Amino acid sequence: MSLLELHNVYKIYGDLHALDNVDLKVERGEWVAIMGPSGSGKSTMMNIIGCMDKPTKGEVLLDGIDIAKESAKNLTTIRRDKIGLIFQQFHLVNYLTALENVMLAQYYHSIPDEKEAYEALEKVGLADRAKHLPSQLSGGEQQRVCVARALINHPEIILADEPTGNLDDSNEETVVELFRRLHEDGTTLIVVTHDPEVAEVAQRMVVLRNGKIARETVNENFTGHIRFHV
Amino acid sequence: MFFRMITASLMRRRSRMLVALLAIAIGATILSGLVTIYYDVPRQMGAQFRNYGANILFTPSENSFSAEDLEAGLALADEGALVGSAPYRYESVRIHEQPVMAAGTNMEGAQKTSPYWLVEGEWPSASGEVMIGKNVADNLQLKNGSTFSMVYTGEDSEETPAESGAESAADGVESAAEEAESPAAGPSDGSGGEEDAEEDGYREAEFTVTAVLSTGGPEENYVYISMEDLEALTEISGKIDLAEVSMSAGAEELNAYTQKVSGEVPAVRAQLVKRVTASETTVLSKLQALVLLVTIVVLALTMICVATTMTAVVAERRREIGLRKAIGASDGSIIREFMGEGMLLGFLGGIIGAFLGFAFAQTVSMKVFSSSITFQPLLVPVTIIVSIAITGLACLLPIRSATKVDPALVLKGE
Ligand SMILES: Nc1ncnc2c1ncn2[C@@H]1O[C@H](COP(=O)(O)OP(=O)(O)O)[C@@H](O)[C@H]1O
Ligand SMILES: [Mg+2]
Repeated sequence: MSLLELHNVYKIYGDLHALDNVDLKVERGEWVAIMGPSGSGKSTMMNIIGCMDKPTKGEVLLDGIDIAKESAKNLTTIRRDKIGLIFQQFHLVNYLTALENVMLAQYYHSIPDEKEAYEALEKVGLADRAKHLPSQLSGGEQQRVCVARALINHPEIILADEPTGNLDDSNEETVVELFRRLHEDGTTLIVVTHDPEVAEVAQRMVVLRNGKIARETVNENFTGHIRFHV
Repeated sequence: MFFRMITASLMRRRSRMLVALLAIAIGATILSGLVTIYYDVPRQMGAQFRNYGANILFTPSENSFSAEDLEAGLALADEGALVGSAPYRYESVRIHEQPVMAAGTNMEGAQKTSPYWLVEGEWPSASGEVMIGKNVADNLQLKNGSTFSMVYTGEDSEETPAESGAESAADGVESAAEEAESPAAGPSDGSGGEEDAEEDGYREAEFTVTAVLSTGGPEENYVYISMEDLEALTEISGKIDLAEVSMSAGAEELNAYTQKVSGEVPAVRAQLVKRVTASETTVLSKLQALVLLVTIVVLALTMICVATTMTAVVAERRREIGLRKAIGASDGSIIREFMGEGMLLGFLGGIIGAFLGFAFAQTVSMKVFSSSITFQPLLVPVTIIVSIAITGLACLLPIRSATKVDPALVLKGE
């Protein structure tokens, strides 16, 4: 069974179909990019997969559990245990240091382990920034803290909604490189992006348009390394 | 981590939290200050009322009582309750050929039982010194420093001095005063007989005026001399017509005391000067009710202020709350975190308030009652607990709204 399966999923706001009969399967360990114009329903889909929202209709099976039918309390537990989230805005708690922000995810998951949190920051190359507050970090550094926080509890699936949207090329490369390493470790990745260069790195690309899946392409020569178009 | 988180939230977002902390600290200050005063007021006011004079009157059950009877009565008082006592003995004398009432007393005791007396000059402190009432001073044209001779003839008095004396001390004890009428005159007839035979009852001594007394009452008609001088002049000692006693105790204790004295010292009838005692109690309870009311109002204001601040804090941190939820915080942990912050604030505010409150109460006490209050150690934990409870209560509603934050909406980008 696939790690994630969406069957006939709708999300309807009034008479707007933000998601319109979406079917999608994501295998364990797969790296999928989701593209599409603004307003096509990418974030809506990510929120549903991320257990922060429920579909109006349809089935969303995560590891065999239909999350469309779970209570809000169970969704919190599932999110905590299985999912790592990365957002376009570098959402960090602004009065906690980089290290404490990472530990926060540990705290809600199980018990905070400062050493492990520090190692996660080392992985994203921010060991020397551990004691800094978000305001003392650059955008790229903040997003790397978010990556460290997303991976700290070893989630099965990492959902990133436009993670490089606010980053320059070099930071974008760093973040994509972090994804590649996560992929190598077997983590399932779903990355929403506007940026074709970021989408092309993935194994598979899904294009949404008006809440429907318009196109799917498989990357034949997948390397996991970003190639910039000149 | 929990503690690290909430302290970080308070420490690194100081300006916001300072407002709430200030509100709590002020609330706690007023709370502990007013409660301190609340408990100290009875003591303070008691002492204050004591300043308005005696609250117990000893009158003789027959003609007069002796100094020993007075001692025996006073000995029945509780340790430390006795503020002061003054015996009075009234004798008719003549000054410049005018009949005047001399009142023998213990000057130190009289100062304590009649603190409201307006005394111009120095209270008599040595033998031969007297304090004269203002009317006496006017009629006989005496003033501070004047000397005169006082003549004791052993004759009966036209006036009944004890009556006016008793009335001046206590309007409430009319019957006692009436009974005191006879003893004032009686003994001077009886025991004075011998002296009369020897020296024709005529004795004379020189006195100096050291003070003039104004009270607006009958006290202004008397010449106050020390009991020793009066006894030397009359050559009769150990006789007391009336004693005023000032005690620091509640109405019930005073009642019990007067009954005990009347029971155990047959020569003495002790009575309450009712009016002062009763008004003391009502004024006290009214004051305490006022203090209680103010405390409640202040606590309510503190709660409103904390609730407002917390609501603003929650609104300000919607995004953070959404984020916390997105990374796995349950409603319970959101509640715990905000409650933790609120209660930590309550705790800090309580500590500050407990000590500032004591300083506040002390200042008030010094200014209003000009006496210091004792530090109540128990009030520190009580203040802290109350301020934590108040803060927690005030945080309930804002925190409930915090749990309603939808992470999907908050994190939407924008
Ligand atoms: N809470 C909501 N209420 C009403 N409409 C919404 C809501 N969330 C999203 N939408 C609409 O759903 C559509 C898809 O939005 P979204 O998934 O955020 O698009 P994308 O992330 O692809 O830019 C948009 O037209 C948006 O206006
Ligand atoms: Mg979006």
